[in-house]
Amino acid sequence: MMPSSSGGSWKSSGAGAGDGGVPDQFPAGLRVLVVDDDPTCLMILEKMLRHCNYEVTKCNRAEVALSFLRENKNGFDVVISDVHMPDMDGFKLLEHIGLEMDLPVIMMSADDSKSVVMKGVTHGACDYLIKPVRIEALRNIWQHVVRKRKHEWKDFEPSASADEQKPPEEPDYSSSANEGHNWKSTKRRKDEEDEADERDDPSSLKKPRVVWSVELHQQFVAAVNQLGIDKAVPKKILERMNVPGLTRENVASHLQTFLPHNSKNLVQKYRLYLRRLSGSPLPGGMNVGFMGGPDAGYGSMSSLNGLDLQALSASGQLGQLPPQSLATLQAVALGRSNNSKSAIHVPVIDQRNIFSVENPKSRYSEVQSQHLNNSSKQINLLPGIPTNMEPKHFVSLQQSGQHSFGSMNHQILIQMGGQSQSQTQSQNQVQSNTNAHHGLRQPVLSNDMLTRGGVVDVSTSVYNPVVSVSQASSLVDFSMNHKTDSSGSSYPLGGSLGIPNVRATSSALQGDGNLDTKVSGRRIVPSYDVFNDLNQNREWGLQDVGLTFDQSPHLIQVGLDASSPLLLQHNHSSVSEMGGQNRNLASGKVIFSPGVEARTHHNGSNVGQQRNTYVKPESDTDGSFHNTLYSELYGQDDLLVAIMKQQQQGVGQPENEFGFDGYALDDLPV
Amino acid sequence: MERNQMHTQVANTRKSLFDQGYLDDQFIQLEELQDSSNPNFVEEVVTLYYRDSARFLSNLDQALEKRPLDFSKLDNLMHQFKGSSTSIGAKKVKTECTHFRNYCSARNAEGCKRTFQNVKKEYTTLRKKLEAYFQMSRQVGPVETACQAR
Repeated sequence: MMPSSSGGSWKSSGAGAGDGGVPDQFPAGLRVLVVDDDPTCLMILEKMLRHCNYEVTKCNRAEVALSFLRENKNGFDVVISDVHMPDMDGFKLLEHIGLEMDLPVIMMSADDSKSVVMKGVTHGACDYLIKPVRIEALRNIWQHVVRKRKHEWKDFEPSASADEQKPPEEPDYSSSANEGHNWKSTKRRKDEEDEADERDDPSSLKKPRVVWSVELHQQFVAAVNQLGIDKAVPKKILERMNVPGLTRENVASHLQTFLPHNSKNLVQKYRLYLRRLSGSPLPGGMNVGFMGGPDAGYGSMSSLNGLDLQALSASGQLGQLPPQSLATLQAVALGRSNNSKSAIHVPVIDQRNIFSVENPKSRYSEVQSQHLNNSSKQINLLPGIPTNMEPKHFVSLQQSGQHSFGSMNHQILIQMGGQSQSQTQSQNQVQSNTNAHHGLRQPVLSNDMLTRGGVVDVSTSVYNPVVSVSQASSLVDFSMNHKTDSSGSSYPLGGSLGIPNVRATSSALQGDGNLDTKVSGRRIVPSYDVFNDLNQNREWGLQDVGLTFDQSPHLIQVGLDASSPLLLQHNHSSVSEMGGQNRNLASGKVIFSPGVEARTHHNGSNVGQQRNTYVKPESDTDGSFHNTLYSELYGQDDLLVAIMKQQQQGVGQPENEFGFDGYALDDLPV
Repeated sequence: MERNQMHTQVANTRKSLFDQGYLDDQFIQLEELQDSSNPNFVEEVVTLYYRDSARFLSNLDQALEKRPLDFSKLDNLMHQFKGSSTSIGAKKVKTECTHFRNYCSARNAEGCKRTFQNVKKEYTTLRKKLEAYFQMSRQVGPVETACQAR
């Protein structure tokens, strides 16, 4: 039995068009792999499936089926397997498929006892058919394929379309190799390419993604925390989570969301997530699709946090801080925040968004004044932070930041300087961190930034947008804080810092009312104090950033886009050293992904640099946060534009160490 | 005319198989799968079933000879056999299989052995009936061709 060919119409059209693009022949051509040790059943099933116009490959042994699947990762759309098989239990096969290929699997058995059916459900089967199977039951199996894909696509949905259709929105992020000025364009191209690649890649497209519900995410976070950031490898996380049906790949993918390198996708994902949160009652508030998407939406979120942080930190020196620094700052901040024990989950939000680099100084001041004046929630979006964020992101960040930042008090999007973060429980201050980062990397990001930079103090709140609602809240808070503080300028999305995530942060910050409401009041108030702290932590900068999952340099890119690998770059060197420090999930549960570092080699080479800053919001799990934030994120193009401008102006060397290249979080070698 | 009569005969035979409970709706599912590209699909499936399921019966026979009886193994074997039988619509066979499994869970050795005999009996009876039916059908030939032949 030869595995079916990659069969074409069903796959390609579906893949290319996302949830909307079903081929004309849909569901004809659906490539089914049916596994059953009973030859009679197998024969009947095959005939039935062919009558449904599906492409059928039959297999009477589970091992053979697995090898078929492995050889043709994209060769099948759905698997139907019997439960009772001599060589391998059907559920085991289900697990394998889920772990390795993540295809929808339908179980079947003559056994209709509730316990067995339940087992199928818990193991992650899409459906459970009772034998004898009727052809009618088989006709509808395509829905499982579509459903899974749809979930995956959702992450891309707005972004994908956005990327494709609204290229202008995105700042031209140049690659890390480029100067800040160009990073926008390059980045955008890369983003688009990534997007396209992801879209076109049948495997990524087809693979159903795990829906990271709030509960699941919390489990994930718990597992990560237990393991410790430096030990939180997907495999171990998976083991600890002990969720049937969850695959290592799912976990890895999810983990990657916190990698800054994937900022673009992250932002998109985050947006999607936010939209979903706001738009539809997502179960658990966590948009699975968002999370699970290839881009690991969470990444966006983290970057958002990171961005906020960066923004804050960069506030002072937008133009000067390389993105990496910002990322570092974020990392640091996040790490610091860890000290404060707030698990800062820094979703790898496209930090670019956070930093609206319009006018670093002015923005900063603006923000700062606003924020400073505010009760504490100030998001210092360093204007100068060059962010790869798309303009829209940026804008949204800004806007969102305005209103919601305050709420992020306890959410530490970016606890750049750890220390400060702890202080800034009420204020999201990333400043110190930022500075620290900057310091490490380039003097550019001096204390000024820290002081000025609206570092969002995420310390207080563990921002874990990806993982849980609360975290989302954190993220949102970021933006929210900002919101309250300043309407738009509050986030000087780090143009100067060139923190790609700035944008994201901004978006987050800008989360507007949605965020506010959703985030249950956690406002992220990026406070410039953080930057001050960062200053202090300057040396530390990198170290704190080192929260990473070793393998994932891209984990959470503190919004540093290629062009502005401020922090990341900075971290680059110290990352390795820092690594240890930031690995404090416990302290702040910050997963700071130094992804910022090497944009160019974000996938893996940035390991050292990229830290996954996973800021886990201490308190809340406000799913709505995500929604809000995300929606905000996407709304603000202006901010993004501003950031871009900033970046171009201010960002000196965008060493794009933020591995934003790849937006393929999944690619991260975990 | 003869052909028509034969058609009627075949139809009646078929009907009786259903009426007497030898076959159930699943068999009709198989018939519906039969088409011009696979005109003997049903017969092929049934043939495959009898060939493959024979091993279950022999395994069950052997298992029932053992002392003490391994009920879980018996149940396992019977479960597979039952699944196979169900897939072709062997209604009576399926019923007896269910009885057997009930006795297995009750760890009733006598009940198992007794019902197993019933299983085999039904299994054999159905086979004969189906063989006759298929033979008859083949003689009659596909309705379309029969008509065309005319």
